[in-house]
Amino acid sequence: MTAAATTKTAAFLEVRGLRKRFGNREVLQDFSLEVASGEILALLGVSGSGKTTALRLLAGLDAPDAGQVILGGEDVTALAAARRGVGMVFQHYALFPHLSIGENVSFGLEGRGLGRDEVRRRAEEALAQVRLPGHFGGKVGALSGGMQQRVAIARALAPAPRVLLLDEPFSNLDPHLREYTRRELRDTIRRIGITTVLVTHEQEEAFDVADRVALLVAGRLEQVGTPEDLYERPRTLAVGAFIGRSALLEGPLVESAGSRDAGVQVRPNLVWLGVRAEAVDAGRPAAILLRPEALRFVELSDASALFGVVESRRFAGPRSYFRVALDGEVAGETVEVLARTGAVVIGERVAVALEPKAAPPQIFAAPTK
Amino acid sequence: MNRRARVLAWSLAALLAWIVGYPLLLTLLEGRHALLEVARRSDEWLALWRSLWISVASTVLAGVLGVPLAFVFARLEFPGRKLLGDLLALPVALPPLVGVIAFLFLYGESGFAARAVQAVFGLETAPWRLQGPGAILLVHAYSMYVYFYLLVRAALQRLDPALEEAAAALGAGRWRTLWRVTMPQLVPAMLGGALLAFMTSLGSFSAPYIFGGNFRVLPTQITTSKLNGDIDLAQAETVALAALALLALWLFDRAEPTSGGGSGVRGVAPERRRLQSGRARFGAIALGWGLALFALLPHFTLLLVSFVPTGTWSTEALPPVLAGSNYMTLLREPERLRPLVNSLWMASLATAAALALGFAAARLALGLRGRVSATLRALIALPWAIPGTVFAVALATAFSVNQPWLLRFVLVGTPVLLPLAYLARSLPLTGRAALAGLAQLDPALEEAAATLGANRRRILWRIVLPLVRPALMAGASIAFITALGDFVASIVLYTYTTRPISIEILSSLRLQDLGVAAAYGVLLMVASGAAFLLFGERERPLSTGA
Repeated sequence: MTAAATTKTAAFLEVRGLRKRFGNREVLQDFSLEVASGEILALLGVSGSGKTTALRLLAGLDAPDAGQVILGGEDVTALAAARRGVGMVFQHYALFPHLSIGENVSFGLEGRGLGRDEVRRRAEEALAQVRLPGHFGGKVGALSGGMQQRVAIARALAPAPRVLLLDEPFSNLDPHLREYTRRELRDTIRRIGITTVLVTHEQEEAFDVADRVALLVAGRLEQVGTPEDLYERPRTLAVGAFIGRSALLEGPLVESAGSRDAGVQVRPNLVWLGVRAEAVDAGRPAAILLRPEALRFVELSDASALFGVVESRRFAGPRSYFRVALDGEVAGETVEVLARTGAVVIGERVAVALEPKAAPPQIFAAPTK
Repeated sequence: MNRRARVLAWSLAALLAWIVGYPLLLTLLEGRHALLEVARRSDEWLALWRSLWISVASTVLAGVLGVPLAFVFARLEFPGRKLLGDLLALPVALPPLVGVIAFLFLYGESGFAARAVQAVFGLETAPWRLQGPGAILLVHAYSMYVYFYLLVRAALQRLDPALEEAAAALGAGRWRTLWRVTMPQLVPAMLGGALLAFMTSLGSFSAPYIFGGNFRVLPTQITTSKLNGDIDLAQAETVALAALALLALWLFDRAEPTSGGGSGVRGVAPERRRLQSGRARFGAIALGWGLALFALLPHFTLLLVSFVPTGTWSTEALPPVLAGSNYMTLLREPERLRPLVNSLWMASLATAAALALGFAAARLALGLRGRVSATLRALIALPWAIPGTVFAVALATAFSVNQPWLLRFVLVGTPVLLPLAYLARSLPLTGRAALAGLAQLDPALEEAAATLGANRRRILWRIVLPLVRPALMAGASIAFITALGDFVASIVLYTYTTRPISIEILSSLRLQDLGVAAAYGVLLMVASGAAFLLFGERERPLSTGA
């Protein structure tokens, strides 16, 4: 499945082959993307992956070395930020400290030929949209982080932009506020129906807010898709390793018939079956991506198992994640198993096998070392 | 757009180079012939040596006074701490010449202190004379301890309290913590204070001029040569002084420890210790008030003398008559009012121009990369390191001939030259303030304004200028008071029509018109103090020279 196949709706924001380098470093390579009207798309990646650069190119704050940004059918690549009609919420909100809340929100409405009263009315309206009605005269310095974020959103939305861009919108908030704020932000965007691109390094945030997630690794767009796509059907090892928790076991690839079309020989006489995420020939070195829920503890006598010792446990309520240091022919490898919290104890010798009811593990070409 | 900014930046750099760099270069070229003669004369070496040791001694004295004061006011809590802490910074705002005449009225041989001693012990003659290197050092220590005091106090307030707590938790006692943990953290602040004190002493003119007599340091030596008409010699001496200043700056720069990462700056200052024991409390209060009194005594003296009508005070310990006649003289006689008006317009014009140029240079330097940015920064900073006397001689050299093809015009004797000198000396003050203010400005604010549809003009007027205004005002106010009270450049460049306040103070002193001199001094003091208290607190003191 390709990224293009999942978006059949008309693209409102289209990015074609964007490239950007700073000095010798290629920060963004051949970045192409389509976002449908009203869609919320998350650009996910670690810091330095190029996601903020991509957002700045969309906003017109930096100019790309190559490529196009097309907004509502119009090529806006050469248009300066001031004339692009894009609303942006900055990571630290960038509220103007010398202006009141209302003046901040009005800023983008002034100089557009609107009357004073109309500016005021629209600013009040924008404040009401983020549930801050009547805060027009307040000072921005006195606001909490969450309220500052709402003012920043109101300010970005007030001039009725065509696209809303959010740079790490939750990184500045206390952890206990984030979940609530995420829900609230998603509801606001949905209510307005504005096309939105948000940048984040937290996959939980991306999954919670966005319709689709675009994963950037080292300046390359690895995969675009729904959270399920990325978790269950990663197209590359980089995506598989980045999204969710997982372990890798390597071995020669073995062809197989049926829905699980291949296997990896994880030790002599033992093949674990899965599906090929990319083309690998029989006998070539391969790696199987093992999610904690795709593994289970079995009897020590089970021939389809790998053996090891429980090293540590991460408690997660009724079920826990157990870290198992494997031994024998796979000594040095570790896997994580999701099981009932009391199933095993630390230090216990255990047997680990594939869980048949879980989604089949993905198989990739072994990473070159 | 970037191209346009680059062209603009290079044009501005050329203009600044013409104002601050070119005159120095010309002086070097024209003064180099006399350098050999200077090197052969022992009195020149003596002046150089005196400049050097006076500067070192002034710096040490200022540090010995300023650093302990910083500890007392940053670490101890006692009644009146805040007010006294602010008052102690006042000497830095006193124009050098005003400080010197205040010391003359206070500690001079017919000053209050001498008269008091004379009266108490029934002496026939004055018990001492305020003259020579001792007098110079006294004035320097008085006005320069503030550099150490302010910088070290600020550093102490920024110090991460966790460092000292960690040392204590590791078993270090108070002295070990002070020497091994606290003091090393203060080295940059102390070096900063030392740099300011040293450079100010090196360029100091007023104190050596009034108190030095035959004890000549380089700036007074230069002025004497210049006023004697020995231009070649003055130029060569100027080159020597400039070289000494740049050498000192280079040495300080090397001494600055490269910041070793360290712990991030914390916003919370360590808790001030409340003095519990009655004796310690009394001691701190007495010390604090005593020092504040020492700091303010010259101000009071000046104020008092300004109300003594001419010719009414001869041998009495305290002046018998007090009246406002000196001020009336000032305002009523057009020739007396003239210097006030001159200083005001020249300082205002120079400050406004320096503000505009400094801001433009800073904005372009920060917005662009590469050589043009470095050039602009260097041009902004250069006049700071150059003593005022050097600048004055350099401007007089550059603009005493008419060679339009070399961009040299005759400005000597015109009202243009003095404001130009003030402008050159104000540039580092406004430029550095603008650089500091702009560097603190979050670039996201301008970007946010741009995404909201604002063009460059609107971003500048609505976002940038309002936010850097405090920094600009701080820089401009220091520039203004420095220009308003300038003596060192004025004495070389003034004409009768542009004579500023400081020159008028000098001639009043010569005419024994002490009250009028004091009245001028009070006006300068009030203007300077007001500017300093209104806008100056946020800024580091940067003013040098004179």
